[in-house]
Amino acid sequence: MIQFQGVHKWFKNLHVLNNIDLHVKQGEVVVVCGPSGSGKSTLIRTINQLEPINEGQLTVDGMDLCCKKTDLNRLRAEVGFVFQQFNLYPHLSVLNNITLAPTKIRKTPKKEAEAQAMQLLERVGLAVKRDAYPTQLSGGQQQRVAIARALAMKPRIMLFDEPTSALDPEMIGEVLAVMQDLAKSGMTMIVVTHEMGFAREVADRVVFMDHGVVLEEAKPEEFFLNPQHDRAKQFLKQLLSPMH
Amino acid sequence: MLKYHFDWSIVTSGKYFDWLVSGLKVTLEISAVGIVFAFIIGLVIAVLKMSQFRLLRWLASAYLEFFRNTPLLIQIFFWYFGSYKLLPTPVNDWLNTTNFEFAAAAIALTIYTSAFIAEDIRSGILSIPKEQMEAARSAGFSYLRSMQYIILPQAVRITVPPLVNQFLNLVKNSSLAMTIGVMELTYQARQVESYSFKGFEAFTAATVVYLGLSVTITALMDLYNKRVLNPLRR
Repeated sequence: MIQFQGVHKWFKNLHVLNNIDLHVKQGEVVVVCGPSGSGKSTLIRTINQLEPINEGQLTVDGMDLCCKKTDLNRLRAEVGFVFQQFNLYPHLSVLNNITLAPTKIRKTPKKEAEAQAMQLLERVGLAVKRDAYPTQLSGGQQQRVAIARALAMKPRIMLFDEPTSALDPEMIGEVLAVMQDLAKSGMTMIVVTHEMGFAREVADRVVFMDHGVVLEEAKPEEFFLNPQHDRAKQFLKQLLSPMH
Repeated sequence: MLKYHFDWSIVTSGKYFDWLVSGLKVTLEISAVGIVFAFIIGLVIAVLKMSQFRLLRWLASAYLEFFRNTPLLIQIFFWYFGSYKLLPTPVNDWLNTTNFEFAAAAIALTIYTSAFIAEDIRSGILSIPKEQMEAARSAGFSYLRSMQYIILPQAVRITVPPLVNQFLNLVKNSSLAMTIGVMELTYQARQVESYSFKGFEAFTAATVVYLGLSVTITALMDLYNKRVLNPLRR
C-alpha cells in the first residue's frame, strides 16, 4: 500500500529522512515513535506530499509520488490526514467542515454528503454538535470532528500526526477510542504518537526513528519487552518511567 | 451683521431637490459598481501577488504600485481624455453615443480602489495560519480551490474593517467624477449653487447626504461583523 525505498529528505543542511525503507500493507496499523526532531512527522507528511522527498522511491496506493504526472490532488483525496492541531475550518459549522470536500471534490450531492456526515458524527459520538462551530468545541471534540472530516472522503489510508499531543489528558481517551475503532474496521493507518498504550493494543507494528533513520521495526510486544537498539531502550525508559 | 438669508426649502423640495436626488442616484450607481468590481479585482490581485509564479507576482506588484501611487484625478483624466485615443474610430463613435464619462470615472475609481483593497486582503490572507492551507491541500483541494473555499472566506472576514475604509473612500472619491462631467451629487450641488446662489444650502445638503451614505455603509458592515464574524472569534 505504501512503499518507501531509499527515501532521503533534507531541510537545507539538515538530513531529516535518511535512507528510509518502509513497507506498509493494506489494513496494517503502524505506529511511528521516536524523540522530537527524529523525522517522524516529516515521514508521514511525505506520504501525502505535504513534504516532497529529495531522493528515493515512494509509492502510495499504486501512485508513484516522484513521477511528475501523478495527480497530487487525487492522491490526497485518497489519503486522510489528521493534524496535531486539528485544523478544522473555523468559518464553517461542524457539518459543513465534513461535507465541504465530498461535495466539492467528489461532487457528492449535498443531501447524500450530509447523511453520510451525520453517520460519521454518530460514529465519533458528536451528532448533537452538527451545527456548532469549531471554536465552540473542546480539543477532543475538535479532533474527533477532524477524524470524521478525513473519513468523509472515504480514504484508503489514514495518517495521524500526533493526534493527541495537543489535548488535555482527559480528552486523549475519547480520541484514541475513535482511532481504535477505526483500526478494527480494517483501515490502513500510520500513527505518529507517544501513546504507548495505544501502540501496544492497536498497532501491528512499531517503527522507532531517531535522527531521520528508522532504527527499529518490530511487533509491539517485541518492541516494548525487548528493544534491540540502545537509543530505543533509553527512549522507552524515559517514556515509561513514573517520573515522566 | 449677517445679511445672508437661509432658504433651506430650495434643497428640500422643487427643482433643485430633484437635481440633488438625481445626483445621489448617480453617486450610488458609481459607488455600487466601484465597490463590487474593486472588491473582485482586489481579490484577484491579492491572490496573484501570492502566486508561486514569479511573473504573476511581478505583474500584481506592478499593478499595485502603479495605481496606488498616482493621483486618482490623473487616472480619471487618463481614462476620459487619454484612453480613447488608442481606440479605432468606430469604437470612438460608439463610445460617444454612450455614457462615456460615467464609464471612465467608474473604471478609474474601481482600479484605483482595487489596489488598496488587494493589499488589505493580502494582509488578511497572511494572517490565516498556514495549517489551514495544509488542511485544505491534504483534503485534495488544489491551491486555487483551497483559496476559494477555505482561505479567502476567512481572510475576507478578517479584512472587513479595512475594507469598510476603502468603501468609504470610494464613495467620497466618486465626487471627483464631476471634473469630467459625471452628474453625480457634487456636480449637482455645484449646479444648484450656480443657479440659485445658495451655496451654503447646496453644499450642506450634499455634505449631509455623503455623511448619511457613509454612516449607512459603516452600520451595515458593523451588522455583518456582529452576525457573521463574532461567532468565529477564537
